[in-house]
Amino acid sequence: MPENTNRSGSAVSVRNVYKAFGRRPETIVRRLKEGAEREELTSLGTAAVIDASFEVAQGEIFVVMGLSGSGKSTLIRTLNGIQPATDGTVEIFGEDITAAGPRQLRRIRREKISMVFQHFALMPHRTVGQNAAYALEVRGVNRVDREQKAAEALELVGLKGYADYRPHELSGGMRQRVGLARALAAETELLLMDEAFSALDPLIRKEMQDQLLELQLELGKTIVFITHDLNEAMRLGSRIAVMRDGRIVQNGTTEEILNDPANDYVAQFIQDVDRTRVLTAGDVKEPPVAVLGAGQGPRAAHRLMREHQSSALCVVDQSRRLQGVVYEDDAAEAVAAGKDTLAGIIRPMPTTAPTTILADLLHAAAEHAAGVAVVDEAGRLQGVIPRVTLLSALADPSTDAVQTVPEEVTP
Amino acid sequence: MSARTPFAAEETEGAGIPRLDVGLWLEEGFDWFQETFAQLIAWFDYAFTTTSQGLADILAGPDALILTVILAAIAWLMRDWKLALLTVPLMLFIVAVDLWEEALETLALVAVAAIVALLIAIPLGILAAKSRAVSSAVRPVLDLMQTMPALVWLIPTMAMFGLGMPAGITATIIFALPPGVRFTELAIRQVDSEVVEAGHAFGAGQWQILFRIQLPLATKTIMAGVNQVIMLALSMAVFGGFVGAGGLGNEVSAAINTLDLGRGLEAGLCVVMLAIYLDRVTAALGSLEGSTLSRLLRRRPKAAGQPGEGTEAAAASTKTG
Repeated sequence: MPENTNRSGSAVSVRNVYKAFGRRPETIVRRLKEGAEREELTSLGTAAVIDASFEVAQGEIFVVMGLSGSGKSTLIRTLNGIQPATDGTVEIFGEDITAAGPRQLRRIRREKISMVFQHFALMPHRTVGQNAAYALEVRGVNRVDREQKAAEALELVGLKGYADYRPHELSGGMRQRVGLARALAAETELLLMDEAFSALDPLIRKEMQDQLLELQLELGKTIVFITHDLNEAMRLGSRIAVMRDGRIVQNGTTEEILNDPANDYVAQFIQDVDRTRVLTAGDVKEPPVAVLGAGQGPRAAHRLMREHQSSALCVVDQSRRLQGVVYEDDAAEAVAAGKDTLAGIIRPMPTTAPTTILADLLHAAAEHAAGVAVVDEAGRLQGVIPRVTLLSALADPSTDAVQTVPEEVTP
Repeated sequence: MSARTPFAAEETEGAGIPRLDVGLWLEEGFDWFQETFAQLIAWFDYAFTTTSQGLADILAGPDALILTVILAAIAWLMRDWKLALLTVPLMLFIVAVDLWEEALETLALVAVAAIVALLIAIPLGILAAKSRAVSSAVRPVLDLMQTMPALVWLIPTMAMFGLGMPAGITATIIFALPPGVRFTELAIRQVDSEVVEAGHAFGAGQWQILFRIQLPLATKTIMAGVNQVIMLALSMAVFGGFVGAGGLGNEVSAAINTLDLGRGLEAGLCVVMLAIYLDRVTAALGSLEGSTLSRLLRRRPKAAGQPGEGTEAAAASTKTG
């Protein structure tokens, strides 16, 4: 494998990219740089992408989100040079796409980038297997090798045994799996996905999203994913860039965008997001105010609770594995009874993994006053989600539908 | 050609607009062309005569019935047994009115003209699809070729080659070529741009995209163009009779000259029979999917074992597994 790191270690590095269509795109870019607005330049042509800059780290899913016409599809096409940037630089694993000649560009596309298309873009005259092997065929891999790799890729996406079918014999979801297999068989580090799941119906779409996340964990590809669906963006993306009218208006993590929208446009967008399905336990967890060692007694427990004004404390063993929870009432009783150990008053506490979405926590949180504990795979306590935290995480910060009574009196 | 005798008035209907001797200029241009490229014209004359005559001789070689069987077999391979069955009465009719040899000559003429026309038309169509400039340069020429009354083309071709098959073939090529270009251009442009984009995205070169994506996906429409070219070639080949191109055309023009209705209708019906056969067979070119040939070809790999029925269920189980 060739070395694929540059100074910053990014897989994709986009700096001040502009893309304009029209008779004289350079003029449009110059005017934009001078401060002209996009709307003033419509007579000259269309500015599809304006001053876009972002970095995508290796192994990351970077989502570009925007409505149709926001320039996101053009932006993704500047990454592999299908729509060459009018201005600015695009580096893919340290190689400058914008400076590459046609031959070099083809080589970079063959070796480093593959793409999944909104309407699948399968070749109807080829079998599923030949479609999956297309990238390898272009690269000149011999028949036996490419058929084997295509078969492996088809198996990865759950289409084992379909190699001899024609694309039109498959359902939409299965076709897009072929599209995905074609991209995976290319064995490129970078995967560009242009509204890849938008043409699928909701159930299939969710299934494909799950599968993509699984594959991502397994293969560690760098993925740039384009979508107009914020729920999809939030489910998939480690980071999200929101585009509007050719500009990136916010670039941040799911949480940053949800809790701190950069402007009204983004805020409007996130109103419709089902936060319980987007935010995860890991996103909202709080460090436990204090923890009890399993060897400590009820007296210590009671003191810690009073100190921290908490009505319950998590109990962990020496390696921070969660043992359960002790409530204030029980501790007080045990102190009154003169007990020396916590034995008998440690109660069970619901635990969850950091990746669980909040929707799945609501039930458990309702039943347990101490909230939900977040633990890693080894059972070690990472944080807790008290009920209050859960409630406020679900709240939309921008809403003003609730007033407090009595209202503050203004003099 | 001799100097033009201006039979038109020096004045035109519109007051003050002088009579332009366009015809004379074109004639002079044509004379120049003929003198400059005399060698080339002679070579084409030779090439057309040998190929068409040779082909006609080969076709005339086997007995009429044997050739009928061969033609029926071709129809069966290209489509199905129904078309093969239809072929027999068509051909037997031609034999029955004793115009078999003439029909074969016409067939040879059509074949040579159509092949040459397609050899020019398809690459030209591809170029036109790839380049806007070529497309807009070619379009008026095609319009000219197609809308000029067909018989007019016989005059320059006869002037070049004299009476005989080459003149008929050349006029036929000119007349039959345009749909080949148009359909090819349309076919290539119609190919799903996302699929072409996918080719680019995976790093395919121009030629790889043309031969592995665009042409295969354009085949159906291009074949519709091939069908058009052949049908136009057949209709023009009959006009070729006026310049002595031979075949059924000679019969038709002789019948016109002698006002022989019976002879004319017999020859005309033979053209219809040929047309039906050529049309059905070439129309089948566009969709070889259901043809006998493709079924025969596909039989072998099918036996090698394909995944069974219940496809959706199989997918679901492999996925969750």
